[in-house]
Amino acid sequence: MQRGPFNWKTLWPYAAVFAALLFLPMALSRFYIYITAVIYVTALLAMSLNMVVGHGGLYQFHHAAFYGVGAYTCALILVRTELPAWVAFAAAPFAAAFTGLLIGWFCVRLNKLYFGMLQISLGSLLWAIVFRWYDLTGGDDGIHGVPIPDAISTINTSYYFILLVLAACVSVMYLIYRSPFGKTLQAIRDNPERCEAVGINVRRHQLMGIVVATFFAGIAGVLFVVVEGSVFPDLLFWVLSLEVFIMCLLGGWFTFAGPMVGAAVTVALRTFVGTYTEYWTLILGVILILLIFFLPEGVMGFIIEKVQGGEAEE
Amino acid sequence: MLQVESLTKSFDGFLAVSGANLSVERGEIVAVIGPNGAGKTTLFKLITGHLRPDEGRIIFEGQSISGLRPYEVCRRGISLSFQVVNVFNRMTVFENVQVAVLSHQKKTRKLFSSSGRHGIEETEEILGNVGLADKARRVSGSLSHGDQKVLEMAIALGNRPDLLILDEPTAGMSPEETSVTIDLIHRLTRELGLTILFCEHDMELVFSIAHRIMVMQYGRSLIQGAPQEVRSNEEVQAAYLGGT
Ligand SMILES: Nc1ncnc2c1ncn2[C@@H]1O[C@H](COP(=O)(O)OP(=O)(O)OP(=O)(O)O)[C@@H](O)[C@H]1O
Ligand SMILES: [Mg+2]
Repeated sequence: MQRGPFNWKTLWPYAAVFAALLFLPMALSRFYIYITAVIYVTALLAMSLNMVVGHGGLYQFHHAAFYGVGAYTCALILVRTELPAWVAFAAAPFAAAFTGLLIGWFCVRLNKLYFGMLQISLGSLLWAIVFRWYDLTGGDDGIHGVPIPDAISTINTSYYFILLVLAACVSVMYLIYRSPFGKTLQAIRDNPERCEAVGINVRRHQLMGIVVATFFAGIAGVLFVVVEGSVFPDLLFWVLSLEVFIMCLLGGWFTFAGPMVGAAVTVALRTFVGTYTEYWTLILGVILILLIFFLPEGVMGFIIEKVQGGEAEE
Repeated sequence: MLQVESLTKSFDGFLAVSGANLSVERGEIVAVIGPNGAGKTTLFKLITGHLRPDEGRIIFEGQSISGLRPYEVCRRGISLSFQVVNVFNRMTVFENVQVAVLSHQKKTRKLFSSSGRHGIEETEEILGNVGLADKARRVSGSLSHGDQKVLEMAIALGNRPDLLILDEPTAGMSPEETSVTIDLIHRLTRELGLTILFCEHDMELVFSIAHRIMVMQYGRSLIQGAPQEVRSNEEVQAAYLGGT
Protein backbone atom coordinates (compact mmCIF):
# COMPACT_ATOMS: atom_id res chain seq x y z
CA MET A 1 0.00 0.00 0.00
CA GLN A 2 1.44 3.30 -1.05
CA ARG A 3 0.93 5.88 1.67
CA GLY A 4 2.68 9.02 0.46
CA PRO A 5 1.25 10.95 -2.47
CA PHE A 6 4.43 10.79 -4.55
CA ASN A 7 6.36 7.62 -5.18
CA TRP A 8 9.70 7.83 -6.98
CA LYS A 9 9.40 4.40 -8.41
CA THR A 10 6.50 5.44 -10.60
CA LEU A 11 7.34 9.13 -10.92
CA TRP A 12 10.92 9.16 -12.13
CA PRO A 13 9.95 8.85 -15.81
CA TYR A 14 7.90 12.02 -15.48
CA ALA A 15 10.75 13.80 -13.72
CA ALA A 16 13.12 12.73 -16.49
CA VAL A 17 10.76 13.96 -19.20
CA PHE A 18 10.38 17.27 -17.38
CA ALA A 19 14.16 17.71 -17.14
CA ALA A 20 14.52 16.97 -20.84
CA LEU A 21 11.82 19.50 -21.70
CA LEU A 22 13.74 22.17 -19.80
CA PHE A 23 16.56 21.84 -22.31
CA LEU A 24 14.35 21.60 -25.37
CA PRO A 25 14.45 25.29 -26.42
CA MET A 26 18.19 25.00 -26.97
CA ALA A 27 17.64 22.39 -29.63
CA LEU A 28 14.60 23.79 -31.39
CA SER A 29 13.81 26.62 -33.76
CA ARG A 30 11.42 29.37 -32.73
CA PHE A 31 8.53 27.78 -34.59
CA TYR A 32 8.92 24.45 -32.83
CA ILE A 33 9.31 26.06 -29.45
CA TYR A 34 6.04 27.82 -30.13
CA ILE A 35 4.32 24.58 -31.19
CA THR A 36 5.64 22.84 -28.08
CA ALA A 37 4.26 25.63 -25.91
CA VAL A 38 0.89 25.25 -27.64
CA ILE A 39 1.05 21.54 -26.88
CA TYR A 40 1.60 22.30 -23.18
CA VAL A 41 -1.37 24.63 -23.07
CA THR A 42 -3.56 22.09 -24.81
CA ALA A 43 -2.18 19.33 -22.59
CA LEU A 44 -3.25 21.23 -19.48
CA LEU A 45 -6.69 21.76 -21.00
CA ALA A 46 -7.00 18.05 -21.82
CA MET A 47 -5.78 17.05 -18.36
CA SER A 48 -8.35 19.32 -16.74
CA LEU A 49 -11.11 17.82 -18.87
CA ASN A 50 -10.03 14.31 -18.02
CA MET A 51 -10.44 14.99 -14.30
CA VAL A 52 -14.19 14.92 -14.88
CA VAL A 53 -14.45 12.78 -18.01
CA GLY A 54 -11.94 10.01 -17.37
CA HIS A 55 -11.82 10.02 -13.61
CA GLY A 56 -15.30 11.36 -12.91
CA GLY A 57 -17.28 9.68 -15.70
CA LEU A 58 -19.12 12.89 -16.57
CA TYR A 59 -20.17 13.82 -20.09
CA GLN A 60 -18.39 17.15 -19.99
CA PHE A 61 -19.06 17.95 -23.64
CA HIS A 62 -18.31 21.64 -23.68
CA HIS A 63 -15.15 22.07 -21.68
CA ALA A 64 -13.71 24.68 -24.06
CA ALA A 65 -16.32 27.15 -22.82
CA PHE A 66 -14.51 27.37 -19.49
CA TYR A 67 -11.13 27.59 -21.18
CA GLY A 68 -12.47 30.50 -23.21
CA VAL A 69 -13.88 32.20 -20.13
CA GLY A 70 -10.44 31.97 -18.52
CA ALA A 71 -8.67 33.31 -21.59
CA TYR A 72 -11.14 36.18 -22.10
CA THR A 73 -11.09 37.14 -18.42
CA CYS A 74 -7.31 37.33 -18.49
CA ALA A 75 -7.18 39.23 -21.79
CA LEU A 76 -9.92 41.68 -20.87
CA ILE A 77 -8.33 42.59 -17.54
CA LEU A 78 -4.95 43.06 -19.21
CA VAL A 79 -6.36 45.18 -22.04
CA ARG A 80 -9.13 47.15 -20.37
CA THR A 81 -7.87 47.81 -16.87
CA GLU A 82 -4.80 49.21 -15.19
CA LEU A 83 -4.68 46.28 -12.78
CA PRO A 84 -1.37 44.46 -12.43
CA ALA A 85 -0.93 41.41 -14.62
CA TRP A 86 -0.98 38.93 -11.76
CA VAL A 87 -4.54 39.99 -10.97
CA ALA A 88 -5.56 39.05 -14.50
CA PHE A 89 -3.75 35.73 -14.22
CA ALA A 90 -5.31 34.94 -10.86
CA ALA A 91 -8.82 36.10 -11.72
CA ALA A 92 -9.10 33.93 -14.84
CA PRO A 93 -9.21 30.49 -13.15
CA PHE A 94 -11.70 31.77 -10.59
CA ALA A 95 -13.93 33.18 -13.33
CA ALA A 96 -13.73 29.84 -15.14
CA ALA A 97 -14.48 27.89 -11.95
CA PHE A 98 -17.42 30.16 -11.15
CA THR A 99 -18.82 29.59 -14.63
CA GLY A 100 -18.25 25.88 -14.05
CA LEU A 101 -20.21 26.11 -10.82
CA LEU A 102 -23.12 27.91 -12.50
CA ILE A 103 -23.37 25.64 -15.53
CA GLY A 104 -22.52 22.54 -13.52
CA TRP A 105 -25.23 23.31 -10.98
CA PHE A 106 -27.83 22.74 -13.70
CA CYS A 107 -26.03 19.93 -15.48
CA VAL A 108 -25.50 17.58 -12.50
CA ARG A 109 -29.27 17.38 -12.16
CA LEU A 110 -29.36 15.42 -15.39
CA ASN A 111 -27.93 12.05 -16.30
CA LYS A 112 -25.24 11.09 -18.74
CA LEU A 113 -26.06 12.25 -22.25
CA TYR A 114 -28.62 14.76 -21.03
CA PHE A 115 -25.91 16.27 -18.88
CA GLY A 116 -23.76 16.60 -22.01
CA MET A 117 -26.55 18.06 -24.12
CA LEU A 118 -27.41 20.69 -21.55
CA GLN A 119 -23.77 21.61 -21.20
CA ILE A 120 -23.40 22.01 -24.95
CA SER A 121 -26.43 24.30 -24.98
CA LEU A 122 -25.28 26.45 -22.07
CA GLY A 123 -21.70 26.55 -23.34
CA SER A 124 -22.87 27.57 -26.80
CA LEU A 125 -24.89 30.31 -25.18
CA LEU A 126 -21.65 31.63 -23.69
CA TRP A 127 -20.01 31.40 -27.08
CA ALA A 128 -22.88 33.36 -28.64
CA ILE A 129 -22.55 36.06 -26.00
CA VAL A 130 -18.82 36.40 -26.64
CA PHE A 131 -19.42 36.36 -30.38
CA ARG A 132 -22.15 39.04 -30.32
CA TRP A 133 -21.05 41.38 -27.55
CA TYR A 134 -18.89 43.40 -29.83
CA ASP A 135 -18.24 46.31 -27.46
CA LEU A 136 -16.78 44.14 -24.76
CA THR A 137 -15.19 41.21 -26.55
CA GLY A 138 -14.50 42.52 -30.01
CA GLY A 139 -16.94 39.97 -31.44
CA ASP A 140 -15.55 37.61 -34.03
CA ASP A 141 -12.39 39.69 -34.40
CA GLY A 142 -11.40 38.82 -30.88
CA ILE A 143 -8.80 40.81 -28.97
CA HIS A 144 -5.30 41.13 -30.29
CA GLY A 145 -2.04 42.49 -28.98
CA VAL A 146 -2.80 41.69 -25.37
CA PRO A 147 0.06 43.20 -23.32
CA ILE A 148 2.00 40.35 -21.73
CA PRO A 149 4.37 41.16 -18.85
CA ASP A 150 7.93 41.67 -20.15
CA ALA A 151 9.36 38.87 -18.08
CA ILE A 152 7.42 36.24 -20.03
CA SER A 153 6.85 37.94 -23.36
CA THR A 154 9.61 36.37 -25.46
CA ILE A 155 9.14 32.95 -26.97
CA ASN A 156 11.78 31.40 -24.72
CA THR A 157 10.64 32.92 -21.45
CA SER A 158 7.00 32.19 -22.18
CA TYR A 159 8.01 28.60 -22.93
CA TYR A 160 9.56 28.21 -19.49
CA PHE A 161 6.69 29.97 -17.78
CA ILE A 162 4.15 27.68 -19.44
CA LEU A 163 6.18 24.56 -18.77
CA LEU A 164 6.53 25.42 -15.07
CA VAL A 165 2.85 26.21 -14.68
CA LEU A 166 1.96 22.98 -16.47
CA ALA A 167 4.28 20.98 -14.21
CA ALA A 168 2.87 22.63 -11.09
CA CYS A 169 -0.72 22.07 -12.22
CA VAL A 170 -0.11 18.45 -13.16
CA SER A 171 1.49 17.81 -9.77
CA VAL A 172 -1.52 19.24 -7.99
CA MET A 173 -3.83 17.24 -10.27
CA TYR A 174 -1.91 14.11 -9.37
CA LEU A 175 -2.35 14.92 -5.70
CA ILE A 176 -6.08 15.31 -6.25
CA TYR A 177 -6.21 12.15 -8.37
CA ARG A 178 -4.85 10.15 -5.46
CA SER A 179 -6.75 11.99 -2.73
CA PRO A 180 -9.86 10.71 -1.01
CA PHE A 181 -11.83 13.06 -3.25
CA GLY A 182 -10.13 11.67 -6.35
CA LYS A 183 -10.91 8.13 -5.27
CA THR A 184 -14.50 9.07 -4.60
CA LEU A 185 -14.83 10.61 -8.04
CA GLN A 186 -13.44 7.43 -9.62
CA ALA A 187 -15.92 5.41 -7.60
CA ILE A 188 -18.74 7.61 -8.89
CA ARG A 189 -17.53 7.01 -12.43
CA ASP A 190 -17.55 3.26 -11.85
CA ASN A 191 -20.90 3.05 -10.15
CA PRO A 192 -22.89 6.11 -9.10
CA GLU A 193 -25.75 4.02 -7.73
CA ARG A 194 -23.47 2.20 -5.35
CA CYS A 195 -21.86 5.47 -4.30
CA GLU A 196 -25.23 6.82 -3.22
CA ALA A 197 -25.77 3.58 -1.35
CA VAL A 198 -22.61 4.09 0.68
CA GLY A 199 -23.67 7.57 1.70
CA ILE A 200 -22.02 9.72 -0.95
CA ASN A 201 -23.93 12.71 -2.27
CA VAL A 202 -23.08 12.02 -5.89
CA ARG A 203 -24.28 15.30 -7.38
CA ARG A 204 -22.42 17.41 -4.88
CA HIS A 205 -19.17 15.56 -5.56
CA GLN A 206 -19.69 15.80 -9.31
CA LEU A 207 -20.26 19.52 -9.02
CA MET A 208 -17.13 19.88 -6.93
CA GLY A 209 -15.21 17.93 -9.57
CA ILE A 210 -16.49 20.28 -12.27
CA VAL A 211 -15.44 23.34 -10.29
CA VAL A 212 -11.92 21.95 -9.81
CA ALA A 213 -11.62 20.91 -13.46
CA THR A 214 -12.88 24.23 -14.81
CA PHE A 215 -10.47 26.04 -12.51
CA PHE A 216 -7.59 24.30 -14.27
CA ALA A 217 -9.22 24.98 -17.65
CA GLY A 218 -9.11 28.65 -16.67
CA ILE A 219 -5.38 28.38 -16.00
CA ALA A 220 -4.97 26.83 -19.45
CA GLY A 221 -6.86 29.85 -20.81
CA VAL A 222 -4.32 32.17 -19.18
CA LEU A 223 -1.47 30.21 -20.73
CA PHE A 224 -3.13 30.51 -24.11
CA VAL A 225 -3.11 34.29 -23.77
CA VAL A 226 0.55 34.20 -22.76
CA VAL A 227 1.57 32.18 -25.79
CA GLU A 228 -0.69 33.81 -28.40
CA GLY A 229 -1.19 37.33 -27.08
CA SER A 230 -4.74 37.23 -28.39
CA VAL A 231 -8.18 35.67 -27.86
CA PHE A 232 -11.06 34.92 -30.22
CA PRO A 233 -14.50 33.27 -29.97
CA ASP A 234 -13.26 29.97 -31.42
CA LEU A 235 -11.79 29.28 -27.99
CA LEU A 236 -15.32 28.68 -26.73
CA PHE A 237 -16.55 26.87 -29.82
CA TRP A 238 -17.87 23.35 -29.47
CA VAL A 239 -15.46 22.01 -32.11
CA LEU A 240 -12.57 22.68 -29.75
CA SER A 241 -14.45 20.88 -26.97
CA LEU A 242 -14.81 17.88 -29.23
CA GLU A 243 -11.14 17.97 -30.09
CA VAL A 244 -10.12 18.04 -26.44
CA PHE A 245 -12.53 15.22 -25.67
CA ILE A 246 -10.90 13.14 -28.39
CA MET A 247 -7.46 13.94 -26.94
CA CYS A 248 -8.56 12.32 -23.69
CA LEU A 249 -9.86 9.24 -25.50
CA LEU A 250 -6.78 9.09 -27.70
CA GLY A 251 -4.32 9.35 -24.84
CA GLY A 252 -6.24 7.03 -22.57
CA TRP A 253 -8.89 8.48 -20.32
CA PHE A 254 -8.54 5.93 -17.56
CA THR A 255 -4.88 6.79 -17.15
CA PHE A 256 -3.52 9.85 -15.40
CA ALA A 257 -1.06 11.26 -17.93
CA GLY A 258 -2.70 9.95 -21.11
CA PRO A 259 -4.47 13.19 -22.10
CA MET A 260 -1.10 14.92 -22.41
CA VAL A 261 -0.04 12.31 -24.93
CA GLY A 262 -3.35 12.76 -26.72
CA ALA A 263 -2.85 16.52 -26.79
CA ALA A 264 0.67 16.22 -28.18
CA VAL A 265 -0.44 13.86 -30.94
CA THR A 266 -3.49 15.94 -31.85
CA VAL A 267 -1.71 19.30 -31.89
CA ALA A 268 1.18 17.87 -33.90
CA LEU A 269 -1.20 16.33 -36.42
CA ARG A 270 -3.26 19.49 -36.66
CA THR A 271 -0.13 21.56 -37.26
CA PHE A 272 1.32 19.36 -39.97
CA VAL A 273 -1.78 17.88 -41.57
CA GLY A 274 -3.60 21.21 -41.25
CA THR A 275 -1.11 22.82 -43.63
CA TYR A 276 -1.94 20.31 -46.37
CA THR A 277 -5.69 20.02 -46.08
CA GLU A 278 -8.70 21.90 -44.80
CA TYR A 279 -10.41 18.73 -43.76
CA TRP A 280 -8.77 18.54 -40.37
CA THR A 281 -12.00 17.62 -38.59
CA LEU A 282 -12.54 14.80 -41.04
CA ILE A 283 -9.13 13.37 -40.19
CA LEU A 284 -9.93 13.76 -36.51
CA GLY A 285 -13.07 11.71 -37.10
CA VAL A 286 -11.09 8.96 -38.83
CA ILE A 287 -8.62 8.91 -35.94
CA LEU A 288 -11.50 8.52 -33.52
CA ILE A 289 -12.91 5.57 -35.43
CA LEU A 290 -9.52 3.84 -35.64
CA LEU A 291 -9.11 4.48 -31.94
CA ILE A 292 -12.36 2.83 -30.98
CA PHE A 293 -11.39 -0.28 -32.91
CA PHE A 294 -7.69 -0.61 -32.15
CA LEU A 295 -6.89 1.26 -28.94
CA PRO A 296 -10.03 1.35 -26.81
CA GLU A 297 -7.96 2.21 -23.73
CA GLY A 298 -5.99 4.92 -25.53
CA VAL A 299 -2.27 5.22 -26.24
CA MET A 300 -1.25 5.51 -22.62
CA GLY A 301 -3.61 2.78 -21.50
CA PHE A 302 -2.10 0.55 -24.17
CA ILE A 303 1.45 1.30 -23.02
CA ILE A 304 0.65 0.77 -19.36
CA GLU A 305 -1.02 -2.51 -20.17
CA LYS A 306 2.08 -3.66 -22.06
CA VAL A 307 4.47 -2.51 -19.35
CA GLN A 308 2.47 -3.92 -16.46
CA GLY A 309 1.31 -7.04 -18.25
CA GLY A 310 3.89 -9.16 -16.48
CA GLU A 311 3.66 -7.50 -13.07
CA ALA A 312 -0.11 -7.37 -12.72
CA GLU A 313 -0.52 -11.09 -12.22
CA GLU A 314 -0.09 -11.60 -8.51
CA MET B 1 -35.62 0.08 15.40
CA LEU B 2 -37.26 -0.24 11.98
CA GLN B 3 -40.98 -0.23 11.31
CA VAL B 4 -42.48 -0.60 7.88
CA GLU B 5 -46.21 0.01 7.70
CA SER B 6 -48.53 -0.78 4.80
CA LEU B 7 -45.86 0.00 2.24
CA THR B 8 -46.97 -0.02 -1.39
CA LYS B 9 -45.08 0.29 -4.65
CA SER B 10 -46.34 -0.36 -8.14
CA PHE B 11 -44.51 -0.47 -11.46
CA ASP B 12 -46.80 0.61 -14.29
CA GLY B 13 -49.84 -0.59 -12.42
CA PHE B 14 -48.22 -3.86 -11.31
CA LEU B 15 -48.18 -4.07 -7.52
CA ALA B 16 -44.68 -5.26 -6.61
CA VAL B 17 -45.16 -4.45 -2.93
CA SER B 18 -48.65 -3.96 -1.58
CA GLY B 19 -49.37 -3.08 2.00
CA ALA B 20 -46.29 -4.78 3.40
CA ASN B 21 -45.55 -4.63 7.13
CA LEU B 22 -42.29 -5.41 8.81
CA SER B 23 -40.55 -4.67 12.07
CA VAL B 24 -36.97 -5.14 13.17
CA GLU B 25 -35.75 -4.68 16.74
CA ARG B 26 -32.21 -3.75 17.67
CA GLY B 27 -29.89 -6.75 17.84
CA GLU B 28 -32.28 -8.97 15.95
CA ILE B 29 -31.80 -11.04 12.82
CA VAL B 30 -34.91 -10.87 10.69
CA ALA B 31 -35.38 -12.89 7.53
CA VAL B 32 -37.78 -12.16 4.69
CA ILE B 33 -38.78 -15.18 2.65
CA GLY B 34 -41.05 -15.63 -0.30
CA PRO B 35 -41.11 -17.04 -3.81
CA ASN B 36 -39.37 -15.36 -6.76
CA GLY B 37 -40.98 -12.08 -7.59
CA ALA B 38 -42.65 -11.76 -4.19
CA GLY B 39 -41.24 -8.26 -3.83
CA LYS B 40 -38.38 -8.79 -1.40
CA THR B 41 -35.80 -6.84 -3.35
CA THR B 42 -38.31 -4.11 -4.03
CA LEU B 43 -39.07 -3.88 -0.32
CA PHE B 44 -35.37 -3.50 0.52
CA LYS B 45 -34.89 -0.87 -2.15
CA LEU B 46 -37.85 1.05 -0.80
CA ILE B 47 -36.36 1.01 2.69
CA THR B 48 -32.95 2.18 1.47
CA GLY B 49 -34.29 4.96 -0.73
CA HIS B 50 -33.41 3.48 -4.11
CA LEU B 51 -37.12 3.41 -4.88
CA ARG B 52 -39.81 5.79 -3.69
CA PRO B 53 -42.85 4.27 -2.03
CA ASP B 54 -46.31 5.12 -3.39
CA GLU B 55 -47.89 4.74 0.03
CA GLY B 56 -47.04 3.67 3.54
CA ARG B 57 -44.53 4.58 6.18
CA ILE B 58 -40.94 3.64 6.96
CA ILE B 59 -39.81 4.59 10.45
CA PHE B 60 -36.19 4.16 11.52
CA GLU B 61 -35.11 5.01 15.06
CA GLY B 62 -38.36 6.91 15.55
CA GLN B 63 -38.05 9.06 12.42
CA SER B 64 -39.64 8.73 9.03
CA ILE B 65 -37.12 7.92 6.34
CA SER B 66 -39.44 7.36 3.41
CA GLY B 67 -38.64 9.57 0.45
CA LEU B 68 -35.05 10.21 1.55
CA ARG B 69 -32.30 9.81 -1.03
CA PRO B 70 -30.17 6.63 -0.71
CA TYR B 71 -27.14 8.51 0.61
CA GLU B 72 -29.27 10.11 3.31
CA VAL B 73 -30.69 6.74 4.38
CA CYS B 74 -27.16 5.35 4.49
CA ARG B 75 -26.02 8.18 6.72
CA ARG B 76 -28.84 7.36 9.14
CA GLY B 77 -27.19 3.97 9.62
CA ILE B 78 -28.72 1.53 7.13
CA SER B 79 -26.51 -0.26 4.60
CA LEU B 80 -27.67 -2.44 1.75
CA SER B 81 -25.77 -5.32 0.22
CA PHE B 82 -27.28 -5.87 -3.23
CA GLN B 83 -28.68 -9.11 -4.60
CA VAL B 84 -27.09 -8.48 -7.98
CA VAL B 85 -23.40 -7.71 -7.49
CA ASN B 86 -23.04 -3.96 -7.60
CA VAL B 87 -19.43 -3.05 -6.87
CA PHE B 88 -16.82 -0.66 -8.27
CA ASN B 89 -15.53 -2.81 -11.10
CA ARG B 90 -12.43 -0.91 -12.10
CA MET B 91 -11.17 -0.38 -8.57
CA THR B 92 -9.30 -2.76 -6.34
CA VAL B 93 -10.99 -4.75 -3.60
CA PHE B 94 -9.28 -2.51 -1.08
CA GLU B 95 -10.49 0.69 -2.75
CA ASN B 96 -14.03 -0.68 -2.98
CA VAL B 97 -14.28 -0.93 0.77
CA GLN B 98 -12.19 2.16 1.40
CA VAL B 99 -14.69 4.33 -0.47
CA ALA B 100 -17.41 3.30 1.96
CA VAL B 101 -15.09 3.87 4.92
CA LEU B 102 -14.09 7.32 3.64
CA SER B 103 -17.74 8.16 3.15
CA HIS B 104 -18.52 7.06 6.69
CA GLN B 105 -15.64 9.16 8.04
CA LYS B 106 -16.81 12.16 6.00
CA LYS B 107 -13.46 12.42 4.25
CA THR B 108 -14.60 12.17 0.64
CA ARG B 109 -14.04 15.86 0.03
CA LYS B 110 -10.39 15.92 1.04
CA LEU B 111 -8.52 17.18 -2.02
CA PHE B 112 -4.88 17.49 -1.11
CA SER B 113 -3.91 14.52 0.99
CA SER B 114 -3.17 11.01 -0.14
CA SER B 115 -5.94 8.46 0.12
CA GLY B 116 -3.17 6.15 1.35
CA ARG B 117 -3.43 7.92 4.70
CA HIS B 118 -7.13 7.66 5.36
CA GLY B 119 -9.35 4.82 6.46
CA ILE B 120 -6.60 2.24 5.99
CA GLU B 121 -6.91 0.37 9.27
CA GLU B 122 -10.68 0.26 9.17
CA THR B 123 -10.61 -1.10 5.63
CA GLU B 124 -7.99 -3.70 6.47
CA GLU B 125 -10.00 -4.78 9.47
CA ILE B 126 -13.14 -5.33 7.41
CA LEU B 127 -11.27 -7.19 4.68
CA GLY B 128 -9.70 -9.39 7.36
CA ASN B 129 -13.10 -10.02 8.90
CA VAL B 130 -14.70 -11.19 5.67
CA GLY B 131 -11.63 -13.09 4.50
CA LEU B 132 -10.70 -10.97 1.50
CA ALA B 133 -7.41 -9.64 2.91
CA ASP B 134 -5.27 -11.69 0.54
CA LYS B 135 -7.19 -10.36 -2.47
CA ALA B 136 -7.10 -6.72 -1.40
CA ARG B 137 -5.06 -5.57 -4.38
CA ARG B 138 -7.03 -7.42 -7.04
CA VAL B 139 -9.29 -5.43 -9.32
CA SER B 140 -12.77 -6.29 -8.13
CA GLY B 141 -14.09 -7.00 -11.61
CA SER B 142 -11.67 -9.94 -11.84
CA LEU B 143 -12.94 -11.73 -8.72
CA SER B 144 -15.04 -14.87 -8.78
CA HIS B 145 -18.77 -14.38 -8.32
CA GLY B 146 -18.64 -15.73 -4.78
CA ASP B 147 -15.88 -13.32 -3.79
CA GLN B 148 -17.77 -10.44 -5.37
CA LYS B 149 -20.80 -11.27 -3.23
CA VAL B 150 -18.58 -11.21 -0.15
CA LEU B 151 -17.14 -7.90 -1.32
CA GLU B 152 -20.73 -6.63 -1.65
CA MET B 153 -21.16 -7.29 2.03
CA ALA B 154 -17.76 -5.85 2.92
CA ILE B 155 -18.66 -2.56 1.21
CA ALA B 156 -21.89 -2.41 3.16
CA LEU B 157 -19.91 -2.97 6.36
CA GLY B 158 -17.62 -0.07 5.47
CA ASN B 159 -20.30 2.34 6.64
CA ARG B 160 -20.47 0.70 10.09
CA PRO B 161 -24.23 0.37 9.79
CA ASP B 162 -26.60 -0.06 12.71
CA LEU B 163 -28.85 -2.05 10.44
CA LEU B 164 -27.36 -4.22 7.71
CA ILE B 165 -29.68 -5.34 4.94
CA LEU B 166 -28.52 -8.35 2.93
CA ASP B 167 -30.39 -9.19 -0.24
CA GLU B 168 -29.73 -12.89 -0.84
CA PRO B 169 -26.15 -12.91 0.46
CA THR B 170 -25.43 -16.45 -0.78
CA ALA B 171 -27.16 -16.22 -4.16
CA GLY B 172 -25.08 -17.98 -6.81
CA MET B 173 -22.47 -19.24 -4.36
CA SER B 174 -21.05 -22.73 -4.30
CA PRO B 175 -21.95 -24.89 -1.27
CA GLU B 176 -18.53 -24.26 0.32
CA GLU B 177 -18.76 -20.51 -0.22
CA THR B 178 -22.27 -20.59 1.20
CA SER B 179 -21.20 -22.23 4.42
CA VAL B 180 -18.29 -19.78 4.82
CA THR B 181 -20.70 -16.91 4.32
CA ILE B 182 -23.15 -18.30 6.84
CA ASP B 183 -20.34 -18.49 9.40
CA LEU B 184 -19.45 -14.93 8.54
CA ILE B 185 -22.99 -13.70 9.15
CA HIS B 186 -23.05 -15.55 12.47
CA ARG B 187 -19.79 -13.90 13.49
CA LEU B 188 -20.94 -10.45 12.42
CA THR B 189 -23.96 -10.62 14.67
CA ARG B 190 -22.12 -12.14 17.59
CA GLU B 191 -18.96 -10.03 17.52
CA LEU B 192 -20.16 -6.74 16.12
CA GLY B 193 -23.66 -6.91 17.55
CA LEU B 194 -25.13 -6.00 14.17
CA THR B 195 -28.82 -5.93 13.48
CA ILE B 196 -29.47 -7.77 10.24
CA LEU B 197 -32.41 -7.88 7.87
CA PHE B 198 -31.94 -10.35 5.05
CA CYS B 199 -33.73 -12.41 2.48
CA GLU B 200 -32.69 -15.79 1.25
CA HIS B 201 -34.06 -18.79 -0.61
CA ASP B 202 -31.96 -21.26 1.37
CA MET B 203 -34.47 -22.34 4.06
CA GLU B 204 -31.83 -24.10 6.11
CA LEU B 205 -29.91 -20.86 6.45
CA VAL B 206 -33.04 -18.90 7.21
CA PHE B 207 -34.29 -21.19 9.93
CA SER B 208 -30.84 -21.59 11.44
CA ILE B 209 -30.04 -17.95 12.03
CA ALA B 210 -33.21 -15.86 11.95
CA HIS B 211 -34.83 -14.77 15.18
CA ARG B 212 -37.96 -13.82 13.34
CA ILE B 213 -39.19 -14.46 9.83
CA MET B 214 -41.47 -12.44 7.61
CA VAL B 215 -43.17 -14.19 4.71
CA MET B 216 -44.02 -12.33 1.53
CA GLN B 217 -46.21 -13.33 -1.35
CA TYR B 218 -47.49 -11.24 -4.27
CA GLY B 219 -46.08 -8.16 -2.60
CA ARG B 220 -48.06 -8.70 0.60
CA SER B 221 -46.61 -9.65 3.96
CA LEU B 222 -48.45 -12.77 5.13
CA ILE B 223 -47.03 -13.05 8.61
CA GLN B 224 -44.06 -12.10 10.75
CA GLY B 225 -43.11 -14.28 13.68
CA ALA B 226 -40.70 -16.70 15.31
CA PRO B 227 -39.44 -19.58 13.12
CA GLN B 228 -41.67 -22.24 14.73
CA GLU B 229 -44.68 -20.03 14.43
CA VAL B 230 -43.98 -19.45 10.74
CA ARG B 231 -43.28 -23.10 10.11
CA SER B 232 -46.58 -24.15 11.60
CA ASN B 233 -48.66 -21.45 9.96
CA GLU B 234 -51.12 -23.03 7.54
CA GLU B 235 -51.31 -20.14 5.17
CA VAL B 236 -47.53 -20.14 4.80
CA GLN B 237 -47.43 -23.87 4.31
CA ALA B 238 -49.97 -23.63 1.56
CA ALA B 239 -48.33 -20.67 -0.08
CA TYR B 240 -44.69 -21.42 0.13
CA LEU B 241 -43.20 -24.10 2.25
CA GLY B 242 -45.21 -26.77 0.53
CA GLY B 243 -45.81 -28.80 3.66
CA THR B 244 -42.24 -29.12 4.93
N1 LIG C 1 -37.97 -1.67 -11.90
C1 LIG C 1 -39.00 -2.52 -12.10
N2 LIG C 1 -39.89 -2.28 -13.09
C2 LIG C 1 -40.93 -3.12 -13.30
N3 LIG C 1 -41.17 -4.21 -12.58
C3 LIG C 1 -40.31 -4.51 -11.59
C4 LIG C 1 -39.19 -3.68 -11.29
N4 LIG C 1 -38.53 -4.22 -10.25
C5 LIG C 1 -39.19 -5.32 -9.92
N5 LIG C 1 -40.28 -5.51 -10.71
C6 LIG C 1 -41.23 -6.60 -10.59
O1 LIG C 1 -41.71 -6.61 -9.26
C7 LIG C 1 -41.85 -7.95 -8.80
C8 LIG C 1 -41.08 -8.11 -7.52
O2 LIG C 1 -39.70 -8.09 -7.83
P1 LIG C 1 -38.57 -8.28 -6.72
O3 LIG C 1 -37.27 -8.17 -7.41
O4 LIG C 1 -38.82 -7.37 -5.60
O5 LIG C 1 -38.81 -9.78 -6.28
P2 LIG C 1 -37.94 -10.66 -5.30
O6 LIG C 1 -38.85 -11.12 -4.23
O7 LIG C 1 -36.72 -9.96 -4.91
O8 LIG C 1 -37.60 -11.89 -6.24
P3 LIG C 1 -36.27 -12.79 -6.28
O9 LIG C 1 -36.41 -13.80 -5.20
O10 LIG C 1 -36.33 -13.43 -7.64
O11 LIG C 1 -35.12 -11.88 -6.12
C9 LIG C 1 -41.37 -8.86 -9.92
O12 LIG C 1 -42.50 -9.37 -10.58
C10 LIG C 1 -40.59 -7.95 -10.83
O13 LIG C 1 -40.75 -8.36 -12.16
MG1 LIG D 1 -34.77 -10.20 -5.16
